[in-house]
Amino acid sequence: MLTGEWEPARTALPSGTDERLDLDWELGVRATGLDLDEQVVRLDDGRELFYDGLIIATGASPRRLPGTEDLAGVFTLRTLDDVAAIRAAIDAGARRVVVVGAGFIGAEVAASCREQGLDVTMVEPLPQPLSRVLGERVGAVIADLHRAHGVDVRLGVGVEGIEGDGRVERVALADGSTVDADLVVVGIGVVPNTGWLEGSGLELEDGVVCDETTLAAPGVVAAGDVARWPNARFGETMRVEHWEHALDMAMHAARRLLAWGEGVTDVAAFAYEPVPWFWSDQYDRKIQLAGRPGPDDEMVVIAGALDDERFCVAYGRDERVTAVLAVNMAARVVRYRRALADGLTWSQVLEDAAASGS
Amino acid sequence: MTGENRFQSRWGSEMRVVVDFDLCESNAVCMGIAPEVFEVRDDDFLYVLQEEPPPELWDRVRDAAARCPKQAITLEG
Repeated sequence: MLTGEWEPARTALPSGTDERLDLDWELGVRATGLDLDEQVVRLDDGRELFYDGLIIATGASPRRLPGTEDLAGVFTLRTLDDVAAIRAAIDAGARRVVVVGAGFIGAEVAASCREQGLDVTMVEPLPQPLSRVLGERVGAVIADLHRAHGVDVRLGVGVEGIEGDGRVERVALADGSTVDADLVVVGIGVVPNTGWLEGSGLELEDGVVCDETTLAAPGVVAAGDVARWPNARFGETMRVEHWEHALDMAMHAARRLLAWGEGVTDVAAFAYEPVPWFWSDQYDRKIQLAGRPGPDDEMVVIAGALDDERFCVAYGRDERVTAVLAVNMAARVVRYRRALADGLTWSQVLEDAAASGS
Repeated sequence: MTGENRFQSRWGSEMRVVVDFDLCESNAVCMGIAPEVFEVRDDDFLYVLQEEPPPELWDRVRDAAARCPKQAITLEG
């Protein structure tokens, strides 16, 4: 949509299931509170909704740069309205774009804007894009990809402030330099939408804290960007923001809630241990990641080479494979994702690397 | 869970898988759900292995169609 290739209507969810599901929508109403004892959700129009079971799926909101709220031309990217606003700014003649943050959102925005011929500067305080997630070597590959497409990539430097008189004019960086801009897109992560749950008694810590089965309290489950739970497969309490995860965790949480309602006691059968997976399209590259790499993991190339258009790498620690990443090798990631779920070992990965001659 | 009988009324005794290859981006979501039917090969193209999958695969094929991020899979029958 950002490139103008898709019309908004094309992003609509597939229709035709509502009537079968017998759902009541309460659109344009905000949940403002939860009372676990009374089993009610309070709404901003004063009503209270009683529940037998509750699924919390309130998502997350993008972090903003403080002090930029009233400055025109500064955007975050989360909703359909956000895309429309950025699109409108480009259509209105914006030509100099600064992208704050070289994470997946920032990198995709940078790529979309370059493909439309806009000047793009991408600013990232880390030494390489995504280096905390993917390591510096793969991060450098992503930085080089953007440089090759004409992005001015500024690494290891933060943003000091965004300046302008009512409308953005330039971005001041921590090294004292400034970058002229008429459009700024800020992609510096999200904050889970848990404000309405303050004081409810639910444990909140960068999300709604659930048990290993996605249950947050008796009769209450959480799913998607807002939910944090211990994923035993990775020995880590995680919150996952991926598209596929939102679907997958929602279905798991629904099953879990139904089992709770039926008084099922064998909760071990409901342990939620997915291998997270997502992709990111940047220029002609499809980057896919399955698993959960740690910042100090070892990394080994298992197909192709880092300076190829196609390659695949594995991350691991303590003889365990934690993640597999590929560029333009989607099928390989799907197969490795399955292998990760089946307990793929580091020595198996090294054998694959040797077999491919990497 | 694939919700058996979820969309049962929409299909009779056959199912035919149709992929719009102009939309398909080979993200391989479908392959993760129903590898018996969908395969993204090393050339990065999606191949439909069974255009008329047997009924025991229908739930997963429907799931794959519903979860396709590009809505490139339609089911006829």
